[in-house]
Amino acid sequence: MALLARLKQKLFRWESDGSAPFRLSQRRIFIIPTRAGLLYALTLVAMYSGAINYTLALGHALVFLLCGLGLIGINHTFLNLYGLIITPGRSSPVFAGENAYFTMILRNERKTPRLGLRLQVAENAPVETQIAAETKCEIAIPMLAMQRGWLHLPRVRLSTVYPLGLFHAWSYLHPELRCLVYPQPIYMPLPADQSTTNAGERHGDGGQEDFAGFRNRQPADSLHHVAWKASARDAGQRPLLVKQFAGGAEQELQLDWQLTPGNADTETRLSILTGWVLAAEAAGISYGLRLPGYEISAQRGDQHRTRCLEALALSST
Amino acid sequence: MSTAAAQTLDHRCAPWLFAAALATTLPHAWHQPTWLSFLSGLIFAYANWLWWRNERLPSRWLLIPLVALACVGVMYEFRTLLGRDAGVAMLVLFMSLKLLELRSQRDATVLITLGYFLLLTHYFYSQSIPTGLWLIAAMTIVTAALIRLHGGTASQPLPTLRYAGLLTMQALPFMLVLYVLFPRISGPLWGLPQDAHRASSGLSEQMSPGSFSDLALSSEIALRVHFDGEIPPRDKLYWRGPVMEVFDGRTWRPHAEQKQPPSIEALSPPIHYESTIEAHQQRWLLALDAPVPGLKDFGINHTLTVTTHQALQQRARFALSAVTNYRFNVQEESGVLQRNLALPKNLNPRTVALAQSWQHVETDASATVNRALALFSGDNFAYTLQPPLLGENSIDEFLFQSRRGFCEHYAAAFVVLMRAAGIPARVVGGYQGGERNPVDGFLVIRQSDAHAWAEVWLAGKGWVRVDPTASVSPNRVEGGIALALPDSEPLPALLTVRADWARAIRHRWEAINNAWNQQVLGYNPARQREFLHQLGLANPNWKNLTVLLATLMGLLILALTAWTFYARRRLDPVQHLWHSALKRIAKSKVNCAPWETPLALQRRIEIERPELTSAFAAVVNAYLEARYSANNTDLITLREAIAKLP
Repeated sequence: MALLARLKQKLFRWESDGSAPFRLSQRRIFIIPTRAGLLYALTLVAMYSGAINYTLALGHALVFLLCGLGLIGINHTFLNLYGLIITPGRSSPVFAGENAYFTMILRNERKTPRLGLRLQVAENAPVETQIAAETKCEIAIPMLAMQRGWLHLPRVRLSTVYPLGLFHAWSYLHPELRCLVYPQPIYMPLPADQSTTNAGERHGDGGQEDFAGFRNRQPADSLHHVAWKASARDAGQRPLLVKQFAGGAEQELQLDWQLTPGNADTETRLSILTGWVLAAEAAGISYGLRLPGYEISAQRGDQHRTRCLEALALSST
Repeated sequence: MSTAAAQTLDHRCAPWLFAAALATTLPHAWHQPTWLSFLSGLIFAYANWLWWRNERLPSRWLLIPLVALACVGVMYEFRTLLGRDAGVAMLVLFMSLKLLELRSQRDATVLITLGYFLLLTHYFYSQSIPTGLWLIAAMTIVTAALIRLHGGTASQPLPTLRYAGLLTMQALPFMLVLYVLFPRISGPLWGLPQDAHRASSGLSEQMSPGSFSDLALSSEIALRVHFDGEIPPRDKLYWRGPVMEVFDGRTWRPHAEQKQPPSIEALSPPIHYESTIEAHQQRWLLALDAPVPGLKDFGINHTLTVTTHQALQQRARFALSAVTNYRFNVQEESGVLQRNLALPKNLNPRTVALAQSWQHVETDASATVNRALALFSGDNFAYTLQPPLLGENSIDEFLFQSRRGFCEHYAAAFVVLMRAAGIPARVVGGYQGGERNPVDGFLVIRQSDAHAWAEVWLAGKGWVRVDPTASVSPNRVEGGIALALPDSEPLPALLTVRADWARAIRHRWEAINNAWNQQVLGYNPARQREFLHQLGLANPNWKNLTVLLATLMGLLILALTAWTFYARRRLDPVQHLWHSALKRIAKSKVNCAPWETPLALQRRIEIERPELTSAFAAVVNAYLEARYSANNTDLITLREAIAKLP
């Protein structure tokens, strides 16, 4: 059994293709006749016996011609996949319960189009596509995101029966693609405001007094302001961060793990927090997020919201 | 896969399927009963109309009675559902009815498979070159429909057709290899239905007034002959068919056969020839008089007719030999002689009386023969295709009243005269003459060359051929029927055309057809063995043929794959276009050094060739854009820029 599994792994490439572009080679394209192909073969046998029985010389010729057509059909179906260049794309985060879209760029360097391509993940409905000659096309494969966290794209089956439908060629693609899934928001009333105390007292110029979080460094920012520690946190994955200082906040909300119903399970509590983040952002309120062992100070804006949602998605509470 | 097959059919795919259905069924309209063609056409038009109006297809409950009705109709027309013609009619009906049931991809696949099958049925009726070409075109249309079915809306009509053509072209080498090498099996594999073979006109085994004049109107080819040496003179070209010994007053028939071999004494060297005889559904062949006995594959009966084991249902080729000067059965059985003196009682009294009057005067049989021939050449006898109808005493009426007749009249009257005069005589049916095709040197014998002559038995000489028609109209034997008949006679246009250019075209076309028949259609198991023997396969059997075939097919596939890989391995398109740009500017005496980058070259051109600067800068920009930009999708800009180069 283990041997079979290993053979399958070897044959059908369960291992990852990484995130670099790759080209479909003959070693990873499989081809078998379809049901229509078998029907075609049966028809040919019937026609052949007819041609023998009635001694039809041209009947023989026709059967042999159709036989040749079937044989080159193998070649053409195979070539419809062969040499296709696949570049893994990006995917934007989604909320649990939504469809995550994984994009891939398929490039066709041939002078002829590749039609009737079909991409399928597991048992999902297949996505059909085609690529004109010497172009590339971006294709988004939908997949239902069930759980928060990283959703990895399982291997994708790229298949085709074009041009004759007599043969079915397929290849497994396993590019390194993942999509961040935020918790599914549960909308509950926002918690009561606890930090309006300082409203009106601060007259900051939005300058450099009050630390209000991080933002991506713009080329105009002085290197002195780079938050090296924070930037190093993500192992250099993102651009350098700059500490941001805010002036007086009109309203500030601390979205605290402790404020969610204590009897609910972790996922529900994260979902409630997610709902709050969205509501607060929509209402234009500055909000901070406090999770056990992790805290984001009060802020506002898309970037801040994304940070909060990412924290919620990846929270290991 | 299963999901794909069950998918609903794309609406815009339907015209392709209509075209495939039309291309595969239309030629059958020529030989099918009118009501059938009409019904299929009506269903076809209805399906098209439904499609055009985007209406719902009729429900199964309407289709089932329609199918049943069609079956009843076919049953009524052909009295069977299983015969060849009935089977074809059913297939055509199914094809048109399937058009009313095009719901899913699977339906379309069934229709296309049916279409491929229907292509075969056309060969029941014709295997000529035009049919072959038409069917390749029809096959391409069906294949295009298949491509369209799987390519979806992105496959444009013209590229789809071109692609189908390409596939057909690539399939042709496979067809050639398989046609030549695939081990052939002699049919039939099982009993054939009654109507398996085309009813064909031709010489029949009986002769009655009018049977030859019908044939004379047909310019169809009966047989083609290739002589090893010179073609014998025209008056020797008697192609012997059935010999008719029994006369009932109207019709001549062969006598039930006896198994006695004929004896032939050759007086001239044998002539060897190869004869390709069109299917005539008879168990005898047409052989140059007189065939030499001792042939391996066929027999010669006592009347010197070459016979085969089975009726000739296919065009077939035979190697035969003949001697034109011979003595035939100098010793004849008395039973045979008696048989050839018999006349129906109480018929044709005047003829009998005339012959008996000769018998009293003449002592020598040859003299009696000459008297009869002299009668025909003298007394206002006319050779015509339109003789008047004859009554009960047909010979009397012909000899003494109408005196107008075709070869069968003369042969019959002559034999009756001879028998009445006590000379054993019989009628021989066959063809006389033939036309040499100067293109391929074959002698072509047409249905219009059908002829009947007589044979008399003379003591010491045996059976001697006498052609009474030659006495009436010597031109018939010397020059053929078109010369022998007066201009007013209705002969087929092909025979009367005397213009040289028309004749030349006809000769060429018939030579092509002959080559097609001989080389392509005539390639049967025996020819295959012969050919393989020539190739050096001393003992071709299934085993070594399979090895040879597999090797050749594998090589073909490899060659095809290698070719496509080679085509793929060329430069990537952007690089390719850049090279073509360099070739263009090389014409203006600017050569790019191997180490020069596009930008470096551009700078050099700015300095050295200012007039090229703007055009080349556009190319470099487009190239860099295509090569390095993140959002390039096509190469149109680059192509256009290159086109603008001087």
